[in-house]
Amino acid sequence: MIPTSYYLALSAVLFTLGVAGVLTRRNAIIIFMSVELMLNSANLAFVAFARQFMDLSGQVFVFFVMVVAAAEVAVGLALIVTIFRSKQSISVDELNQLKG
Amino acid sequence: MNVELVLFILLALVAVGSAIGMLFSRNAVHSALFLVLNFATVAFFFLFLGAPFIAMVQVTVYAGAIMVLFLFVIMLLGAELLRQANTVLPWQPPLTIFLAVVFLGVIGLYFWNAGVAGLPPALAGDEAARAFGSPQSIGLTLFQEYVLPFEITSFLLLVGMIGAVVLTRDEKKQ
Amino acid sequence: MAMEWVRLIEWIIKAVISTAVLLAGFAYMTWAERKVAALLQQRIGPNRVGPFGLLQPVADGIKLIFKEELIPAQADKLIFLLAPVITVVPAFIILAVVPWGPPVKDFYGPGQDLPLGIANLNVGMMYILSVASIAVYGVTLGGWASNNKYATLGGLRSAAQMISYELGLGLSVVGPLMLAGSMSMLDITNAQAPVWFVFLQPLAALIFYIAALAEVNRAPFDMPEAEQELTAGYHTEYSGMKFALFFMAEYIKMIGVSAIFTTLFLGGWQGPFVYEFPWLGIVYFWGKIIASLVFMIWTRSTLPRLRYDRLMAFGWKVLLPAALVNVLVTAAALLGNQVILGAVLGALGVAVVIAIFFGLARRSRGGPAGRRARAAQSETVV
Repeated sequence: MIPTSYYLALSAVLFTLGVAGVLTRRNAIIIFMSVELMLNSANLAFVAFARQFMDLSGQVFVFFVMVVAAAEVAVGLALIVTIFRSKQSISVDELNQLKG
Repeated sequence: MNVELVLFILLALVAVGSAIGMLFSRNAVHSALFLVLNFATVAFFFLFLGAPFIAMVQVTVYAGAIMVLFLFVIMLLGAELLRQANTVLPWQPPLTIFLAVVFLGVIGLYFWNAGVAGLPPALAGDEAARAFGSPQSIGLTLFQEYVLPFEITSFLLLVGMIGAVVLTRDEKKQ
Repeated sequence: MAMEWVRLIEWIIKAVISTAVLLAGFAYMTWAERKVAALLQQRIGPNRVGPFGLLQPVADGIKLIFKEELIPAQADKLIFLLAPVITVVPAFIILAVVPWGPPVKDFYGPGQDLPLGIANLNVGMMYILSVASIAVYGVTLGGWASNNKYATLGGLRSAAQMISYELGLGLSVVGPLMLAGSMSMLDITNAQAPVWFVFLQPLAALIFYIAALAEVNRAPFDMPEAEQELTAGYHTEYSGMKFALFFMAEYIKMIGVSAIFTTLFLGGWQGPFVYEFPWLGIVYFWGKIIASLVFMIWTRSTLPRLRYDRLMAFGWKVLLPAALVNVLVTAAALLGNQVILGAVLGALGVAVVIAIFFGLARRSRGGPAGRRARAAQSETVV
């Protein structure tokens, strides 16, 4: 058996990479994918804990996280498509209309 | 070194490597494919952790639906090669790297001090291993303890669906 | 320990047999498709190479191997090379959870049966759905990586089509799953010993069949490669063995969905006297698959291709609601455990679906409602 802490360490590394992606990249789609990576690393931790405590609630939570991710992707990608239609770009640096 | 540990380390390397690949790819389509690879390896971890049902849902939902949507949008917009214009926040990447190193350092320090503890309890025999995380047991947990959240997620999906339709509707058609 | 090695060797042997059967099946599907289509169109079909043209697949294979392989100059080379592989692999592995026949009793000594079929997962149906959802990548990426307008359009069409029809496919499967009370393909087969699910779930069987045709991009849903509109769609730029891989994937997927259809609705290896003579199970299983394949070829030579917007409308407005109604009715019937109630609700569901279907058909064909709809459409259509 692999110790649970190994999975948690891996989950932390993946989460960090996701955060780094959100902060460094300027392409809205890549930022969005990084958010998915973070959600996924949280899922990994959930399932590892579910195994550790022999409690299926962790797995059910992963199920809910996936539903939220699916709904979020549908709306988020629709937003990106709409932004692209009006600005011809999806770089988050160019979305500065609200800047005073 | 047992087989499981070697497999774990290999898959972990693939997972981290694909996440890094996603971060540094110039081409958004390559990024999306790296992320698919990452999700697939995480599905393997779910299998190790006694969650076959969740692993299959992971592949179906993430790799099969969400990432295909991403690819679809990238290809549709022709947005695979976005010029990285001179950014308005030049201090952000160095700060990100610094914070990431600090965060990972803290975690590393914790493992250094606490050691590698917490082996998960062994499953009693093949039958118990099969029952844990099986569709039946997940279904029972989902529909007994978590009925209300389940119903609320259905509402959430409905809202998401309507939102997507309204957002992308052609305004000229009204 | 010794037992584990025996199991490993058993798996390897089964996997090799499965691959070999699928490859041979692919080769002779191409021959059978041309022969059956010729029969239906009153032609002769291939008859030059070998008796009845039986060596035609070999000749085709040799031709494809010796063809020049082109890679477009501006193509994304790595993805262009990977795409055919990504398409073929799911086609081969999807059948891993389908049992080919009844378990061989006492093969390894008393109480140790040899299951026929590579693995019997308790998440078997989920495995099939997840592998099927991976299959869309190969086609989409192949189209995109070719750097060709027609190919990209074909790839995008296939992505949209496969995602849309996956919903109907996934929901139509829920009915048999509820009746069997399990996701394991072996349990589903065993649950059909008294009566095949096609008689209890006719609507689900119909939806599954149509959605499966769309999933494997077969006529009348071969939109991604509609040659009149897109030259050849996603595989326009592919030649030689890489094209052969796409071709192979299409035919192996046909065999795959036929096997899954057989297992879910036609009772798998169930049939008369199968418990007395277990080898009959394999015969029944493949007999049913071949029947289903011939039906697919028949469909292809009968029906014209759908228009793209109608295809999407059909998937979202007919198949998906129909599958939902089916799930609802099955759940209600199972909950009440009343056959008559279930039958009445089932008939009601079928009636609703037929009403929707004919409503759509009338709208698009003619009649006052249709003309109004068309007039409204012609103003807005781009």
